[in-house]
Amino acid sequence: MNLKNIWFIMKREISGYFATPVAYVFIIIFLLLTGFSTFFMGNFFERGEADLYPFFSIHPWLYVLLIPAISMRLWSEERKNGSIELLMTLPVSVIDAVLGKFLAAWAFTGLALMLNFPLWITVNYLGSPDNGVIFAGFIGSFLMAGGFLAIGACVSALTKNQVIAFVLSLIVSLIFVLSGYGIVLDFFSSWAPTALVQAISSFSFLTHFDAISKGVIDMRDMLYFVSAILVWLFANAIVINARKAD
Amino acid sequence: MTLRIEIEDLTKHFGEIKAVDGVSFSVKKGEVLGFLGPNGAGKSTTMKMITGFLAPTRGTVRVCGHDVITDPIAVKASLGYLPEGAPAYADMTPDGFLRFIADIRGLTGAAKKRAVDSAAERARVTHVMFQPIETLSKGYKRRVGLAQAILHNPPVLIMDEPTDGLDPNQKHEVRTLINEMAADKAIIVSTHILEEVHAMCTRNVLIANGKIKFDGTPHELESISRYHNAVCVAVAGVEITALTDFLNTLNFVSKVETLVAEKGVRVYPKEAQQMTIELSQSIRDKGWQIDSLYAEHGRLDEVFRTITMGDA
Repeated sequence: MNLKNIWFIMKREISGYFATPVAYVFIIIFLLLTGFSTFFMGNFFERGEADLYPFFSIHPWLYVLLIPAISMRLWSEERKNGSIELLMTLPVSVIDAVLGKFLAAWAFTGLALMLNFPLWITVNYLGSPDNGVIFAGFIGSFLMAGGFLAIGACVSALTKNQVIAFVLSLIVSLIFVLSGYGIVLDFFSSWAPTALVQAISSFSFLTHFDAISKGVIDMRDMLYFVSAILVWLFANAIVINARKAD
Repeated sequence: MTLRIEIEDLTKHFGEIKAVDGVSFSVKKGEVLGFLGPNGAGKSTTMKMITGFLAPTRGTVRVCGHDVITDPIAVKASLGYLPEGAPAYADMTPDGFLRFIADIRGLTGAAKKRAVDSAAERARVTHVMFQPIETLSKGYKRRVGLAQAILHNPPVLIMDEPTDGLDPNQKHEVRTLINEMAADKAIIVSTHILEEVHAMCTRNVLIANGKIKFDGTPHELESISRYHNAVCVAVAGVEITALTDFLNTLNFVSKVETLVAEKGVRVYPKEAQQMTIELSQSIRDKGWQIDSLYAEHGRLDEVFRTITMGDA
């Protein structure tokens, strides 16, 4: 691993986001959707509570839809226009390239997330929320976004077609969210052994994020997201090694 | 260390297809190796294996003494590579792109600026440095790719069809650039444009169906041609048949062929020797007036066809 190379690749990737309107469109849509879901679907005012729970609880679903839009181009585009041949014949290891690209996408998502700060100000103006809980929510959301991005990065390495990458990432991400969703778990718990149901549920981003967004920072939940990111990125490196020249 | 590239028994299978089959050759400093072959012969695949993009099924590649399998980063650091089609990051400007390459190549500060400026100047892209690459013409895109490959002044340069799709002026510029750099580098250039063999190569390797069919100098390649050292003669005021009959009596002539369009004949020598002087002397001794007389060096396109179609 060469930190400098990771940084150079990350820098190049981020400048690529802002070279086209994609970044701005994404940020605007993300902010509109978080705002809309917090105030209308989450009944931010009607609840009368000084927290951002309605805001955070929608994040898993927003990410399922929006993160694949960022991650789809990470590798598909390189493979499609052949620049992967250039990148992989520069003195850079596959791991460096995978990390650089992932960190760029993650930093960009972090920026989009941070731009929700007016909500934090609003809730502080209206009441006196537990800012520790809100901070935990942002950390948890950021970690979860990393998990979705790692899935999307790996999937985008599988295909040259960005649309296929988008759809596949969306499906895989959805599986990782739904496996913790009540209805899905009820379906399994009617016939499957409890251990299996728990195993399925414990693989869900939803289960782990829910705890963090309520302010419970459990090392196990953190560790879950970090290891999910690492596992998917490792798979990403393997896929690139195997398929870069196809 | 004069041997910069050493390739032994390099083989690549794609399923049942043997794209490259037991290729061995080496390239010294100062050599420009023209890598010839029909489309699909395995040129690009071989180059991708040398540059560490593709893993070989069998065989070894060493660049400047580093093995591409055990030390790929050292190999990649010591070579500049222009992949086929000169891919680049379309949304970047040449300036940003070359800076990125310089960063990755470990250049900083003044050295980085110097390297970017010099590469841009040599590849003649200085006046498009701040336009997005996607808006550039094919020729400029190719030159940006070239600038990228030579940026760190690598001891080894590998270029996959650097002149493909360029206009004659641009082709000339690229060849000039390669000739300028030839002295202190080991260069492999793939092409299927045969005129480039003379324009820039000191040596040729010709492959077909994944195997090496020829390895030698451009002159040796030409001498394979049946036209090698043949002489075309036209004589004023003499019937072709009379000329043919006379030439057939000469002891160094093996065969005479009629050239209808030129109103002359093509004379083939015995044992591919030069015979221009003897031939012109014999005709003048006969008292005939020579209209034109020139020796052929051999036709590369014909050699190319003979060698590559030989066992297809």
